Amino acid sequence: MKKLSPDRKRLLNNCITYGIVIAAFVILQVCNAGGLLSPSIQGQLVPICAYVVMAIALNLVVGISGELSLGHAGFMSVGAFSGVVAALSLQNSIPNDGLRLAIAMVVGAVLAGVAGVIVGVPVLRLRGDYLAIVTLAFGEIIRNIFNVLYVGVDENGLHFSLQNEMALNLAEGGKSILKGPMGFTTNVKLATFTAGFILVLITLTIALNLINSRSGRAIMALRDNRIAAESVGIGATKYKLMAFVTSAVLAGAAGVLYAMNYSSMAPKKFDFNTSILILVFVVLGGIGNIRGSIIAAAFLTYLPELLRNFNLDEYRMLVYAIVLILVMLVTNNPMLKSVFTFAGRKARKEEAQKGGAVQ
Amino acid sequence: MKKLRILSLALAGALCLSMLSGCGNGDQGSANTPGSGETTPAGTENGSTGSTDGTIKIGGIGPLTGSAAVYGLATKQGAEVAIQEINALGGLQFSLDFQDDEGDTEKAVNAYNKLIGDGTQIIYGCTTTNPCVAVAAETYSARYFQLTPSASSTTVTEGKDNVFQVCFTDPNQGITAANYIKDNGLGTKVAVIYNNGDAYSTGIYNAFQATADEIGLEIVTVQTFPDDSNTDFNVQLSAAKDAGADLVFMPIYYTPASLILSQAKSMGYEPTFFGCDGMDGILDLEGFDVSLAEGLMLMTPFNAWGEDERTKTFVSEYEAAYGGIPNQFAADGYDCMYAIYEACTAAGITADMSAQDVCEALIAQFTSADFSVDGLTGTGMTWSANGEVSKAPVVVKVEGGVYVTQ
Amino acid sequence: MSFLNNLITGISLGSVYAIIALGYTMVYGIAKMLNFAHGDVIMVGAYMIFFATGSFGLNPIVGILLAVVVCTVLGVVIEGLAYKPLRQASSLAVLITAIGVSYFLQNAALLLWGADPKVFTSVIPEGSLPIEGVNITYVSLVTVLACIVIMLALTWFTSKTKMGKAMRACSEDKAAAQLMGINVNRTISMTFAIGSALAAIASALLFSSYKNLIPTSGSLPGIKAFTAAVFGGIGSIPGAMLGGILLGIIETFAKVINTNISDAVVFAVLIIVLLVKPAGLLGKTVREKV
Repeated sequence: MKKLSPDRKRLLNNCITYGIVIAAFVILQVCNAGGLLSPSIQGQLVPICAYVVMAIALNLVVGISGELSLGHAGFMSVGAFSGVVAALSLQNSIPNDGLRLAIAMVVGAVLAGVAGVIVGVPVLRLRGDYLAIVTLAFGEIIRNIFNVLYVGVDENGLHFSLQNEMALNLAEGGKSILKGPMGFTTNVKLATFTAGFILVLITLTIALNLINSRSGRAIMALRDNRIAAESVGIGATKYKLMAFVTSAVLAGAAGVLYAMNYSSMAPKKFDFNTSILILVFVVLGGIGNIRGSIIAAAFLTYLPELLRNFNLDEYRMLVYAIVLILVMLVTNNPMLKSVFTFAGRKARKEEAQKGGAVQ
Repeated sequence: MKKLRILSLALAGALCLSMLSGCGNGDQGSANTPGSGETTPAGTENGSTGSTDGTIKIGGIGPLTGSAAVYGLATKQGAEVAIQEINALGGLQFSLDFQDDEGDTEKAVNAYNKLIGDGTQIIYGCTTTNPCVAVAAETYSARYFQLTPSASSTTVTEGKDNVFQVCFTDPNQGITAANYIKDNGLGTKVAVIYNNGDAYSTGIYNAFQATADEIGLEIVTVQTFPDDSNTDFNVQLSAAKDAGADLVFMPIYYTPASLILSQAKSMGYEPTFFGCDGMDGILDLEGFDVSLAEGLMLMTPFNAWGEDERTKTFVSEYEAAYGGIPNQFAADGYDCMYAIYEACTAAGITADMSAQDVCEALIAQFTSADFSVDGLTGTGMTWSANGEVSKAPVVVKVEGGVYVTQ
Repeated sequence: MSFLNNLITGISLGSVYAIIALGYTMVYGIAKMLNFAHGDVIMVGAYMIFFATGSFGLNPIVGILLAVVVCTVLGVVIEGLAYKPLRQASSLAVLITAIGVSYFLQNAALLLWGADPKVFTSVIPEGSLPIEGVNITYVSLVTVLACIVIMLALTWFTSKTKMGKAMRACSEDKAAAQLMGINVNRTISMTFAIGSALAAIASALLFSSYKNLIPTSGSLPGIKAFTAAVFGGIGSIPGAMLGGILLGIIETFAKVINTNISDAVVFAVLIIVLLVKPAGLLGKTVREKV
């Protein structure tokens, strides 16, 4: 077989990634149209899309830029709540659902990007685990702020308060959108699987183009050896910030998609555990591997629901934890892996022998 | 590189398999539901959970794991006691499939989707407010009848004709509490400690504050705490003590309340403590020094030490099955099942009806003028069209380690 | 007066954080991993003490000793089964495994001991020192003393004993330590044992003040203590103590101002400290060599 040039190989690789996503969408849509999908799967399509986008976004920071972020749920919540405010306050002026969702996503993404800059500038001065703990801190601060933030809308525009609903001073006919710890409650759900799919494609395009661009190579050079990269004139802050903010923007858009799929969401949802959940997707899918992130996010979101089918009840999350540990052990351990491949080979050999005996 | 490829292939394979198995399940679910009524006559089968033959399938949602697990488990177990009793009566048969939502919106909607995929006809839950609002929006558009034992916010039922509550609404409790304190002269200077990370607690507080302003009850300080299980209340208690409060109103769950009581004692602060229905269960906390709760007043619809026959039976059955004294979550769950049972019987609902038909029939039944249910948490409970229950609140005082109705 | 009382509350809370943070910092310093399951080991220790003293009516001291034994064994077992196979893997893989272990412990506790909250019986007599106007409970007194004793003992241990020296050598350079004849694997297991034993002691003190015990009780103090360890300079023993106590004080005073955002204030202070001193208050800044 002819050896492919690196460029061709990358192209092929990217095509496979796009292919998987598009094929998954088409297959699922066909199944859905044919009534083959259970409500359980149907209900998870949108959150899976949101988590896939989150995983790709976090992979840009963890895998490509090489910095551990433990607070990405914070950006997700900035996107989610600002998007919801945008969508609900525009409810009367823009009747078209799709357009309103798109606007909400843009608003959410932009504000999450702003948060990304605010967080990124100080954070990226730090290294390693110190950077990780500061992102965790920012994630918690963002959640705390949403816990005391009240937003309402009336004909005079938006009202904000850090105290309670009464302090919003809404005019007659106004309604409060964000209610501090209770988050938001709405009767309109804008997110659809198609919207989610488009967002995944956009995210994928942005991420792959960034990685394969000059900037992307600079970011990866900084990751591999900061001192060497800086010595050839690559500005660390600029490129690290580029990856970080891109990631925040995508996370914000994912947050809007996620929040718009539910008619109620509290800031509590976007806590440390959610950040960790997304990190698990990235690590399990392979650090720096975008396709891996997509598959891992989809699979691990579905796994706990799959476990419902076995009537495990209270044991379900215990099984999930064990699966998580085992998967990490198996995929990361050279010795265990050799045992597995050895066992596999042995089993195959035995099978072959058995087959021979029958014949 | 090779390693990653193998991994991703394996994952992709697993995903495909799981999707297929999911599809298969969906098929089964939809194939079974219409068939079930045709093949077996209702009422012959002993209503064991999971059986599709002639039983009306109720799908429950609530936290079985995570930090709110204790409330979800109580609602599940209370309902299970009721289901056993109802099935033993020999009339309509029910089965309950209770799914875990971890107290999380996303998981609650997932649980709901799983339940309707399995052919559930009635939704029972959720236990906690935010997940309940999200599921209520789903049941509203898909037309499933939903009855919640404990999600007490008005946002749960707002604008949805298919969602009903068995518990008091939050504002209702706040208003009643303020009036009760004022009318009985329990305190002149009131301090409030509430959990502002919780919809239940905040909802009661808002109504309490508004009513107190209206009727001239003096609130000297309002203290909050975030939604953690292990917080320190010294700061809040000191503030209440310094403000000279002689009554502390605590619209919170019993877990943090037990901590407040013990910390108040250790700092030598002894006001009257007044709680709401979330406080019920405090006496059954393992390891809790019951004498700390002496004199505590709370509004609860359920008194586990009640003298009536039904309460006694329920408590003994619950203790035999799960150990421990049932709290109002369990009692509300029990009442939910009886409300569904009586409504189903009155409306002539059979197991072969579609969920949508069941929904419309039950809505009509619940809101009809002559429908009332006697339960553990109240006699003659009726429902208004907006889903709120109407029952009389009861104030009890802890005396000698048991509730004494005031 | 209330200032003084709040300060005492803060120091007492901070001392508990400090003891937990000491466990974090030891493990991090040597194994270079964030052991997110540490908080859940505390929870297990607390259940042990609860059942020993509550259900079997044992003396609290016996209860604590039992918890120390159980936690130590648990720590070593977790290390052997879940972390040791990943010695060569990336630190992120170990982090995720630690989170898996944390989920596992929480859910196992839920199944074994139920979701009902348990009210912990204080291992130290209730009551406070007879000083007018100042509220110093015996629990806070013992907590602060225990914290100081533990810190001194650990400092002595790491600087004077053979095992302690081996630990420091491993934290400097594992390969070089191995060449010097130090059994690195055993040293790391030993670190986990010590860290987990500290977790058991921390559980006795933590839950004597803040009594509610549920399967998820350990995770939040765990994260706070982790923050404290970073605050003081992770890997540094006096740093963990200083970080813990400061964190407790800041948290308590932030609560006096506004309970809603006390966590935000704590984390904001952490961020500012790290921006000024990127390796924490007492951490050593390691120059990167080219």
